[in-house]
Amino acid sequence: MKMRIIIAIVKKDLLEVLPNKGAWLPMIIVPLIFVVIMPLAFLLLPQVVNLSPEEMMPAYQVKGFLANLPPSMTAALDGLDQVETMQVMILGYFFAPMFLIFPLMISTIIASESFAGERERKTIEALLYTPASDAELFTGKALAAFIPAILVTWISFIIYAIVLNTAGFSIYGQVWFPLASWFPLLFWVTPAVALMGVAFTVLISARNPTFMGSYQTSGSLVILVLGLVAGQAAGVLYLSVGVGMLVGLFFWLVAGGMTWFSIKNFNRSKLLTTG
Amino acid sequence: MNGHMQAEVITARELGFSYGSRKAVNGLSFTVQPGEVVGLLGPNGAGKTTTVRLLNGLLPPSAGSARVLGYDPATEGENLRKQTGVLTETPALYERLTARQNLQFFGEMAELPQPELKTRIEEVLTLFDLQERGDERVSTYSKGMKQRLALGRALLHNPGVLFLDEPTSGLDPEASLQVMELIDSLRRQNGHTVLLCTHNLFEAQRLCDRVLIMNSGRLLAAGRLDDLRKQLLQGLRLNIRILEAFSAEKLAELGKMSGVNSLKPVQDGLLQLDIEAEATIPGIVKYLVENGLSILEVQPVQQSLEEIYFTLQREAEGATL
Repeated sequence: MKMRIIIAIVKKDLLEVLPNKGAWLPMIIVPLIFVVIMPLAFLLLPQVVNLSPEEMMPAYQVKGFLANLPPSMTAALDGLDQVETMQVMILGYFFAPMFLIFPLMISTIIASESFAGERERKTIEALLYTPASDAELFTGKALAAFIPAILVTWISFIIYAIVLNTAGFSIYGQVWFPLASWFPLLFWVTPAVALMGVAFTVLISARNPTFMGSYQTSGSLVILVLGLVAGQAAGVLYLSVGVGMLVGLFFWLVAGGMTWFSIKNFNRSKLLTTG
Repeated sequence: MNGHMQAEVITARELGFSYGSRKAVNGLSFTVQPGEVVGLLGPNGAGKTTTVRLLNGLLPPSAGSARVLGYDPATEGENLRKQTGVLTETPALYERLTARQNLQFFGEMAELPQPELKTRIEEVLTLFDLQERGDERVSTYSKGMKQRLALGRALLHNPGVLFLDEPTSGLDPEASLQVMELIDSLRRQNGHTVLLCTHNLFEAQRLCDRVLIMNSGRLLAAGRLDDLRKQLLQGLRLNIRILEAFSAEKLAELGKMSGVNSLKPVQDGLLQLDIEAEATIPGIVKYLVENGLSILEVQPVQQSLEEIYFTLQREAEGATL
């Protein structure tokens, strides 16, 4: 595979996404809500409305949550009052799987633009007449969706850490974030989820060659992420380091299978004779 | 594998391809020589675009084989496509990018070295009169400008053979003429080998050295226009202009003359006759003079590609009924 061709496809696909507000606006707005607006609301609202911890969150409710937590996680909550405990619980633990929405959303948006959008705008045929091999076309297009998905997630994480530690410094008096459980999520689970988003979109766009159609169908994958969020909230599954690694393994297996199928189905002949 | 050069630029032998159960190309055989402009003519669905896809290795043939510039498209598509230029039916340009960005991308895909690519981009933009608007998004271009840019993209890497699929489709007459003149000048100045797919017979008649006429994936006829004319249309067409009015009775009498196949008045004073041979002309002139008519003009007319084309298409449709 020739790197120059792959880089040219990545650059071209990203240049094409930039003028499409429908594609990049959600990539900015959704992370902004999750990493800036919501954490600030959770951290600063109790101080602004001036309620006592007991009024905000009765002690028995906090105890109920803590009773379900593994000991490794309760250790980080020692010495905090009810509100502070809930803030750390929500922002430090429950928000973690929500971050998986970013790689999923961004990879499916760009992949829909790149794979389905190109067919929708009828530019695919000129691309197929270039000397690039099917593998180079697939790799270039997949990387154009995969790389920004990872980068935006990591940048969002850095901003999130800055917001939590800055806004929370007056409360906790120390830099308390990130917690160890975030690292497998960012560096192990996030790439798997991004790849899964790309591969699933390629499979969908073979049958649904419109940007919106492909993006909306691929969006159904978000159920997997919401399952993790619900699992944590219900006390069934906590994303500790070990669980994070296992969840990542599951996503890698799913992503690997989907990628294999999408590569198998991505060739000039099928692109021209289906959809 | 560039020791592939041979006499024919394109050779198709019994080439076939089916979309499901529908045979899009069926037993197609033809050759194209270096420097020739060959027209692939046929109605929509005749199999022209599928033929171009097969000849560039985008689709694998379900029957037969082909060689283009010495390469087998089915197995050497990547190497082959470095040396072919294709103008697709729609311009297929990235409209959110500028003309320069489009050409830069396709040049990189063709692996043109960076300094050469820069020079070629400017040459192409100049040749197609797009230099001043090269940094504007293609979405702001008119249809004619887009088609010129798409033609420029096909020529960017100096291909050994050009495939032009309906190059004037959807263009207004002025833009259409501009594109035709560009193709004509490419052929005259650079001696490009071109396979031109079209259903525009005027375009084919003007640009092509030879034509291949297709219907339902099959080749109906192939050859130079003159040869096809001789082969398919017997006799000669004659336009006769006379001064006086011609009575219906005299008209019927003339139509019955030996050697006259058919006769129709086209407009006042103008008759169109299909005759068997030039030898019939003196008899017709004599008849007109003897009947006291003043002859202003007797002109044999070359039958157009359109007549040949429709004769063949009617025969093909008749055969399938």
